[in-house]
Amino acid sequence: MQQRRELDQVYTNRKLLNGQLDTPKWWLPTVVTLGLIVMIGIAVILVMVNKGLGVTGLARPVYWGLFITTFVFWVGISHAGIMISAILRLTQAEWRRPVTRAAELLTVFSLLTALVFPLIHAGRPWRIAYWIMPYDVARGIYPNIRSPLIMDPVAIGTYLTGSTLFLYIALLPDLGNLRDRTTGWRNAMYTVLSLGWRGNPRQWKMQTVGGILLSALMLPIFVSVHSIVSWDFAIASAVEGWHSTIFAPYFVIGAVHSGVSAVVTMMALMRWLWKWDDFIRPEHFDALARLLIVVATGWLGFTFLELTFALYGQDAPEIALREMQMFQWPWNGLFILFFLTAYAIPVPMWLFKRVRTNIALMFWTSILVNIGMWLERFLIIVPGLARRTPFVYTWEAYRPSPVEWTIFIWSFAWVTFLMLLFSKFFPLVPLFEQKESQVFTDDVMIGRAKVPAIVREAD
Amino acid sequence: MTIASFGSHNWGMVVDVDKCIGCNACVIACQAENNIPINTQDRVERARSISWIRVERYWEGDFPDAKARFIPIMCQHCENAPCEPVCPVYATYHNSEGNNVQVYNRCVGTRYCANACPYIVRFFNFWEPVWPESLRNHLNPDVTIRSRGIMEKCSFCVHRIRRESRKARSEGHEIVDGAIQTACSSACPTTALNFGNFNDPNSKVSKMRDDQRHYTLLDQFATDPNVIYLAQIDADKKVGVGEAATHG
Repeated sequence: MQQRRELDQVYTNRKLLNGQLDTPKWWLPTVVTLGLIVMIGIAVILVMVNKGLGVTGLARPVYWGLFITTFVFWVGISHAGIMISAILRLTQAEWRRPVTRAAELLTVFSLLTALVFPLIHAGRPWRIAYWIMPYDVARGIYPNIRSPLIMDPVAIGTYLTGSTLFLYIALLPDLGNLRDRTTGWRNAMYTVLSLGWRGNPRQWKMQTVGGILLSALMLPIFVSVHSIVSWDFAIASAVEGWHSTIFAPYFVIGAVHSGVSAVVTMMALMRWLWKWDDFIRPEHFDALARLLIVVATGWLGFTFLELTFALYGQDAPEIALREMQMFQWPWNGLFILFFLTAYAIPVPMWLFKRVRTNIALMFWTSILVNIGMWLERFLIIVPGLARRTPFVYTWEAYRPSPVEWTIFIWSFAWVTFLMLLFSKFFPLVPLFEQKESQVFTDDVMIGRAKVPAIVREAD
Repeated sequence: MTIASFGSHNWGMVVDVDKCIGCNACVIACQAENNIPINTQDRVERARSISWIRVERYWEGDFPDAKARFIPIMCQHCENAPCEPVCPVYATYHNSEGNNVQVYNRCVGTRYCANACPYIVRFFNFWEPVWPESLRNHLNPDVTIRSRGIMEKCSFCVHRIRRESRKARSEGHEIVDGAIQTACSSACPTTALNFGNFNDPNSKVSKMRDDQRHYTLLDQFATDPNVIYLAQIDADKKVGVGEAATHG
């Protein structure tokens, strides 16, 4: 799978630092455009906080809508980082190397974005400290730890802290590298940030041990974060479509599905924008697509299990909800779109190696997956609330308002904006990982054939 | 039914559906008593109206044999309230008198409680409440005005309960059965709504709920409500509208 490619270190440095040492032409216009969208989005958020949630399309009984859907979506995307950098690191999957930083970065920025949604979604966002700060002595009462809304900030906060540390530790050798290649204020900045990195054996050892320890520590978070997000819904015992015991693993595997797909999208973009054809290669897409086939199929299994469990109980309201979700306009249209985009179109395509190694196709299929996974969350959250309860008084539909759509678009612009800003100052592909993999790669003779292989020293 | 583990009071209501004539007097009384903003046409159409008690109307049969069925629905003050464990800030909790209370000052407006409630009797203030100038002096000084961004719901007229308890304590006697009336129950012309103490076996409501017609709404969720309904008596049918709502 890993094809041998001799890349000398000077070339690697020059190529991978091209974002920092010289600015690509497209960078400034793109960042300015995204910055404008971000500013519009922030203005809309401020207007919403000022005027109240009346400007959204929310109404009884659909009190949660687009915002919570998008929150769950971004938390899902954030699972990319932990999957790629922690699990693949611990299992020593060599092909992860050029992707690790981008995945970890996506984690940090998507979590930062996800966190915004529950905050602006509250009726009185300025009082949010009462909710998230665990030790609010002034009020004399602690937050209600039975509520998943208390577990949420704890889980996401832990994940964000862990990911940021992880990202930073992996950045240290590259920061040292940049420090040595810059002058002026940049040099001063990198000098401070690189924490005196000199690349001596002791520092390398500590950096490696730190990375492995953090990977191991973050493994439980891999399970916990999206499980807890899923309990936001699963705990509501009286809401059909929400109170499913299968939600925790179902959400986690769905998160990996959407997160890894987002990494694929990002890799394709990086390869195209910075011309890193030598570093992000078809075999990386191939490996990720193979992983995705397994994850997506596991996720599909959970989707069917959820339906089976719902129908097995033969509970009339539950069956009515599923009927609405799948067969009533507009939910049926969304449901078909969801099934096609999340599984039926991309996964069979990935079965062919020609597709897996075709970067344009991988880009579009991975985008399809994330459209589908967003719809999945929408189809869980909104029909559950819009269900027809026995009381006709509460039969209402939900239509997101332009304010909600603007903030939804803002979240995408915001993540991309942060990414591009980061790329100006820090390399998106870890240089040292790239070089390390070059060191480990060797040709092994099997019979008369030369086969590329990874050679590691025995621990 | 109700767990008698509280102090001497466990406030509850018995709703005799058979007596309800659907006049909506309770709705108006509640609106006036509890400083609920006026439900304008716009708010009703946007499904953002607030009414702590509502009278649901169902039609049965075709003209000329059509029957109108009414059922008043307010917060059920459940013993196992689904809304309580989900609130991150304890803005809604169960007090020692068996009531599900809402603390407006604590509420940050996550609306999680409203999602969890199967009766959909919790209301969110999407806008700052406004009243016409002419109604300014009509507001009830005993009831807090809820600002925008928080939840509200039926409180069983908790200010009336407090007032009577204070009065009884200062006069040195127990609260007399019937001394406390909620706004809706005092407005009800047919005594369909009855408020009282379930922990007192001799109270009117305790006797009423032993009626064989009693049932609770949506009992499949095991919420154990403190609002007990008495089914409608129908000359041609055994089961009334309430039963249908229970098992709907």
